[in-house]
Amino acid sequence: MSEKKHAAYICSGCGLGERLNFAALESVAKKEGKMQVVRTHPFLCSQEGVAMIQADIDNEGVTHAAICACSRRAKTDAFNFPTTAISRGNLREGVIWVRPDTEEARETTQEMAEDYVRMACAEVKAMAQPAGNPNTGMNKTLLVVGGGVSGMTAALEASRAGYKVVLVEKTGALGGWAAKLHKRVPTREPFKAPEDNGVADLVASIEADANIKVYLNSTIARTAGAPGRFKVDIAMESGPTVTEDIGAIVQATGFSLYDANKLPHLGYGKTPHVVDQAGLEALARAANGGVIKRADGKEVRSVVFVQCAGQRDASGEHLPYCSGYCCNTSIKQAMYFKDANPGVDTVVLFTDLRTPGNGEDFYRSAQNKGVIFSKGVVSEVVPNGNGCTVKFHDLILEDRNAQIEADLVVLATGVVPNSGVNIDAVAAAPAEAAEGAEAAAPVVEEKPISILNLDYRQGPDVPQFKWGFTDSHFICFPYETRRTAIYTAGPVRRPMDIAQAMEDATGAAMKAIQAMENAGLGRAAHPRSGDLSFPTARLEGCTQCKRCTVECPFGAIDEDEKRYPLFNESRCRRCGTCMGACPVRVISFENYSVNTVGAQIKAVNIPDEFSEKPRILILACENDAYPALDMAAMNGNHYSAFVRAIPVRCLGSVNTIWITDALNSGYDGVMLMGCKHGEEYQCHFVKGSELGRYRMSKVYDTLKGMNLESERVLDVEVAITDIDTLPRKINEYAAKIQEIGMSPFKGF
Amino acid sequence: MTSVVATNQTILVVGGGISGMTAALEAAETGKRVVLVEKNPWLGGRTAQLYRYFPKMCHPTCGLEINLRRLKANPNIQVLTLAEVTGISGSKGDYTVSVKLTPRYVNENCTACGECAKAVTTEIPDAFNYSLGKVKAAYLPHSMAYPQRYVIDRAILGTPEAEAARAACKYGAIDLEQKEEVVSLKAGAIVWATGWKPYDAEKITPYRYGEFPNVITNVEFERLADPHGPTGGRILRPSDGREAKNVAFIQCAGSRDENHLRHCSRFCCMASLKQTHYVQEKYGDEGKSTIYYIDIRAIDRFEDFYHKVKANPNVTFIKSKVARISQDKDGNPVCWGVNTEGYKRYANTHDLVVLAIGMEPSVKGVDIPAEVMADSSGFIMADPANAGIFGAGCATNALDVNRAVQSATAAALRAIQVVNKVARAEA
Repeated sequence: MSEKKHAAYICSGCGLGERLNFAALESVAKKEGKMQVVRTHPFLCSQEGVAMIQADIDNEGVTHAAICACSRRAKTDAFNFPTTAISRGNLREGVIWVRPDTEEARETTQEMAEDYVRMACAEVKAMAQPAGNPNTGMNKTLLVVGGGVSGMTAALEASRAGYKVVLVEKTGALGGWAAKLHKRVPTREPFKAPEDNGVADLVASIEADANIKVYLNSTIARTAGAPGRFKVDIAMESGPTVTEDIGAIVQATGFSLYDANKLPHLGYGKTPHVVDQAGLEALARAANGGVIKRADGKEVRSVVFVQCAGQRDASGEHLPYCSGYCCNTSIKQAMYFKDANPGVDTVVLFTDLRTPGNGEDFYRSAQNKGVIFSKGVVSEVVPNGNGCTVKFHDLILEDRNAQIEADLVVLATGVVPNSGVNIDAVAAAPAEAAEGAEAAAPVVEEKPISILNLDYRQGPDVPQFKWGFTDSHFICFPYETRRTAIYTAGPVRRPMDIAQAMEDATGAAMKAIQAMENAGLGRAAHPRSGDLSFPTARLEGCTQCKRCTVECPFGAIDEDEKRYPLFNESRCRRCGTCMGACPVRVISFENYSVNTVGAQIKAVNIPDEFSEKPRILILACENDAYPALDMAAMNGNHYSAFVRAIPVRCLGSVNTIWITDALNSGYDGVMLMGCKHGEEYQCHFVKGSELGRYRMSKVYDTLKGMNLESERVLDVEVAITDIDTLPRKINEYAAKIQEIGMSPFKGF
Repeated sequence: MTSVVATNQTILVVGGGISGMTAALEAAETGKRVVLVEKNPWLGGRTAQLYRYFPKMCHPTCGLEINLRRLKANPNIQVLTLAEVTGISGSKGDYTVSVKLTPRYVNENCTACGECAKAVTTEIPDAFNYSLGKVKAAYLPHSMAYPQRYVIDRAILGTPEAEAARAACKYGAIDLEQKEEVVSLKAGAIVWATGWKPYDAEKITPYRYGEFPNVITNVEFERLADPHGPTGGRILRPSDGREAKNVAFIQCAGSRDENHLRHCSRFCCMASLKQTHYVQEKYGDEGKSTIYYIDIRAIDRFEDFYHKVKANPNVTFIKSKVARISQDKDGNPVCWGVNTEGYKRYANTHDLVVLAIGMEPSVKGVDIPAEVMADSSGFIMADPANAGIFGAGCATNALDVNRAVQSATAAALRAIQVVNKVARAEA
């Protein structure tokens, strides 16, 4: 439509004017960068400088501007021109601050600056200002799956913000586990006594809420579509399946108790006088505040609570984690006995008593009520006459053969998340089957039933992280799952108590509401929230290799009926992994593409092989490695003038063509800087850096094919704090490249 | 005069640490107008002062970078730094808030070029590093500081140095005439996210903090391990700068104690387990850590982190509340007490003692200039009767980062519920 007009603005402030030859920089922008307007300003981020740029946009029709000044991370308020495509040439943090101000460094520093001007011009010419994803859905009804405390809380909180909610519960009643509790651990001061379980109030609020439609005895048969336009089939036990239009989803499917039958050494199943915590709740409900009786009707006069039964297990046989709530639950249950009859002996055997926060007041209250706490490891519970003997290693008295008799033993067994199908395990299975012989062996493992039945290319449920929990394990962003607009809440996400689950559900409702609003506006969700760019594919060039659909960490890409990739823009998080994966390079974003980076790589001036000036390309994760480079500069750490750094959205977005093009055009080395991957991954696109690295491992074959040394490509794991080590690594690599010699590909 | 754009559909967030930033961003990314008020000259709060997070051992500045990018990209948030709420009047959906703005003496012209700092010689305690080092009186608080703008400290105001700093600035960014001002703004709902402060270690008299230089707190230890910290990331003890290779961690320093903080501060066990990694990272097998504990509270999914530390032969666990600390002639702290597992007395000499100091609310609920319900420790409690002021993060409970973010996200929705109601009423 309207004509493009390119401009470059070069700042001579912050010492740039003293350190660099500006006539040369301007000439580069004009002649090589082909910028129609080139202006230098002594203080470009000032009101006058910004007004100058704005005037060119308004009066001269500038549509694309290369701002060659400080880092793209600096002065973002000033250089904010929403309708204009902007690139940033990093002359300050990227050049003069990392170079010594000496006569002998002057020439290479100037070359570095000129290249960054060339790159900024090349990049901006290849960019388009994103217009937003047109494929939006405006539905703003929240689906909550699970009618326990977490699900009911999410539904009510969303309704209070003015949103409609569909709540689906697979059983015949709302309430979940909490409804089975006699009382709950206190959530309010003075934190001294158990309180009402709160379920009746929640259920009444739900029933009174006209915004909330409840489906009982129902499950999710199919979830299709994308944020803002999900079509969810709800299968009712009574027969019919109805389809609801949904904007976003909160999955609050809770937990199951760890199966105490797996703990025969603790007496479960051998005698009815050993129960789990749920069993004790049932006895307490039956007693309803009176003396608690066993299943055989005998009044309990002594009870032992065994903490961490089948939990915190290092052997691999039982649950490796701590379920978090069980210490407080045992304290509460001991109080059931003490409150009804202070004469009952109550002993809690624990290794570490875990009552965080105000739980400490609850713990003290139990001690005041006469509950005995003893540090010990229980080895065995054996039926003994009309009761049980608990054998344990008393860690305080160092008695390995300690034992107590009890009428009743309660095992604190912990939780297993109801998270549906582990899609990563399913994906791995066919590969294992292909190994051969054992494929035929019957697998006894019970197959989990899908919860969401997502009609996604990448599997029917939200990916799990560890031990079946759906937590993304992000510390800063605990809600982010790998499925956009689907958030998990409560104990399905990680072990938690009721108070935390209610807080968690409220937060998940917040994220889901936000996701619906942004989906309606065609904007990305976290972490590139508000980003209007989205991936498009030139399908005529597509070879249907399916790498994009397989690699997308967020399950955004399906296949259409002709087996071409089908992008669901509002599921996309804009990491660019698909673009990096595509071997025929048909996927791009308006403002970030194979070309925006490729053009920068090609723009760099490559000196001939006799110059002794190697060129090293750095492709740096924009969230961690690039800021580390900036901060290294701010702290006065110098590095080689031979490197040219380009920020990338994620290592996962790096297309190998950038590397082969760079090497073919005479670069002497390539450094890839990305985040840690694996179990303790630090990539904010979860899988991006891992996938990027896997792809790069293939680059070494290319190097071999080109007869180049494998050292010409270096993968560096970088953290944002590497402000000292990163410059050192750059310098070591530059020295290494000089040692192995210049690339033979120069000048071709 | 600072101009603030706010209406009774605006959400005011008080506190710019990770909880406040989260609440502000979640609300703003849902399309709400937010004013974010922070008393420091920079955002990020105490998480920005941590070297690594448990359990992934990743760096808090990584998440801060993401949050700052979200913030820079979002036109819905106005940030006020060096700002404190001094008064709140009105009611749900219609608050009037006064905010006191302390001068930075540096305006938005600042390019963070650093020339002013070169012109100044006076040094002041480095607040970002818990005063373990010094900074120039014209300073950028830290490398990730946002706004990325220098601060002129009052210490040099009215001196020739201040004039020298002004003269050194080519951009007219230094404005020594700035005066304290009070702005008034409207808000429909308020999120109170003022975070926590370490319990005053000097109150735990048997541990002699403040008297023995080699007894420090866990938050100070974070700065010693951080490459951005006062020692460039070397763990050196304060008394003589010697490498501290034998480090003791004393759990529940102030927490779980009716003479100090009744509550368990929740994060300190994991923090000490994490900090044993720092000792290992810096000194390898020469680095020895001893954890004195009552219970190790590596709650829920953190258990495997505890298992890994327990498997490290360079880390010793002693179930004991240390009774007292003395100091030998070489300045080494000596921990005295009884190991309750077997009732064995000990007097163990260490290079450095780190007190796992507990958490108390920075601004207790009772100190907030509005009707807010607080528990007896000063943490803000959910109050069904209260309408439009919501606690978030460590202002509400002793929380780790993950849970503080969870709490702040929930608080954002509670605030949105109020302003959406205002919007519906006005529609």
